[in-house]
Amino acid sequence: MDKIKVEICCGTACYLLGAANLMSIEDEIPAEFRDKVEVEARTCLELCEKENLGGAPYVRFNGEEIMAQATNEKVLARIEELVGGAA
Amino acid sequence: MLNGSTFIRRELMIRIVRAFDDGTLENELDQIPIKLRPKNSVASRCCVYHDRAIFKYRLMALLGVSVEDETDESKSLAAYYAEKAWGGGTNDTKPKTPLSVCGPACSGCPDAKVVSTPNCRGCFARPCVYNCPKKAISIVGGQSVIDQSLCIKCGKCITACPYHAIVKTSVPCEEACPVGAIRKNEYGVAEIDFEKCIFCGKCFAACPFAAVMERSQLVDVLAAMKRGEKLVAMIAPAAEKQFPGKIEQLLTACAKAGFGDVMEVALGAEKTTEHETAEFIERMEKDPKTFMTTSCCPAWVNLVGKHLPDLVDHVSLTPSPMVYAREIVKAKDPNAKTVFIGPCVAKRSEARRKDVDYVLSFEELGAILAGRKIDVIACEPWPVERPANPTARNYAKSCGVTDAVLTEATSKIPGFKLDAKQINGIDRKTCAMVKLYAAGKMPVNFLEVMACPGGCQNGPCSLA
Repeated sequence: MDKIKVEICCGTACYLLGAANLMSIEDEIPAEFRDKVEVEARTCLELCEKENLGGAPYVRFNGEEIMAQATNEKVLARIEELVGGAA
Repeated sequence: MLNGSTFIRRELMIRIVRAFDDGTLENELDQIPIKLRPKNSVASRCCVYHDRAIFKYRLMALLGVSVEDETDESKSLAAYYAEKAWGGGTNDTKPKTPLSVCGPACSGCPDAKVVSTPNCRGCFARPCVYNCPKKAISIVGGQSVIDQSLCIKCGKCITACPYHAIVKTSVPCEEACPVGAIRKNEYGVAEIDFEKCIFCGKCFAACPFAAVMERSQLVDVLAAMKRGEKLVAMIAPAAEKQFPGKIEQLLTACAKAGFGDVMEVALGAEKTTEHETAEFIERMEKDPKTFMTTSCCPAWVNLVGKHLPDLVDHVSLTPSPMVYAREIVKAKDPNAKTVFIGPCVAKRSEARRKDVDYVLSFEELGAILAGRKIDVIACEPWPVERPANPTARNYAKSCGVTDAVLTEATSKIPGFKLDAKQINGIDRKTCAMVKLYAAGKMPVNFLEVMACPGGCQNGPCSLA
């Protein structure tokens, strides 16, 4: 099974608008999911321009699914759903 | 710290930078409040129209216009923008008072009082009644009731209640202000008394309605860059850990963003250390019983100047790191314009006195970097001639100045002893303590004072 890819946008806009708080996500993933998820901090994904600046910070799952106004809780919940669905 | 207030402030800043770079700012300004709160969207205040009205004031503050100076309510943001002499540069763009209260944003919080909540069980022991020194509490219908005419807000009942049923309500800005400079006026709206205000920025950070606004020089800086002026970014030592990446990478990011040159203010801090240490030794030789206090925190210098006349002669005469940094820049290029970039509100008042051309907060710098798509982490380190001393970079932390002076003094005079104390954050309590010191009860000979707890790194305009 492919790992679930979680890209956190760390462009300056997302960083200012909340991504700074998302940096701890990797440590918060439950132990049983850790080998199934790959978290990556990325430079600007340019979603704040394509989508909407007010939607920052952005997180992207598996290269396509976009989450706006991401928080640790929302991202962790989605990871859990995705891992559950893939299993 | 990120919350709804900082989010909207930063979002508006980034929008301004983007529109400025696209050349559409003048046309877009008046559209921004509507774009952010279209009809039928969810309002943060009573309705979208109230939200839009406050966004307009917020944008005015970001344009550097004092919200309190508004005379014509119908004047558009485009008109304010056009009024500023973007082409010239001869205008005095420095804000006279760095803070202003936006009346329509102020919630007019009810006066602080101690009240009983429905959590009260009307218990048998009634520790609240027994512990109240003013006999202000009685039980009515099985619930504790506090007589406000008797209550002195000592809080004994709050700690005594096993159900946490008694709470103290607060007016956050008044509670945060160390000098009683912010008060509600006859209309119930907060107002700053600038005779008393020390520009520490604590009300600005504390207000949950974001009604205290900082008058910005963001657009002035953008316009100066566009005019082709050479602006030198002077990055405060507090920049460490504000952005992802190292200070040297942040310097490169600033250069990419359009600053003509970049430097660490910590290089200025090295000079402050050298001169302040010499000054301290000299003062001690003249009078071993005297004491000296630091001069690098502008809110502290303002506090002494406005509220502690007995301490004025004890404040170090050594210029702050920012002032020395400006000297370094001007020695290299007398025509360069200086831009101090830091986490501090009070620096805006010091910059005005000391001829530093512009001050940007880390938020405003972040907005410029975000608007121009520069990620600090993706930048190469700036080729600095030499990095600043670690003790100079530590100026942004509480104890940092003390350490720097002690290190410098012991290198000159082996076995040098410094009897130092640090005031780590100015609040009402430490203010009262310092007043005692000023009245002749100074326990040490070196007093370091930082208005922000932990030092500048936790300043009101810090990012982290």
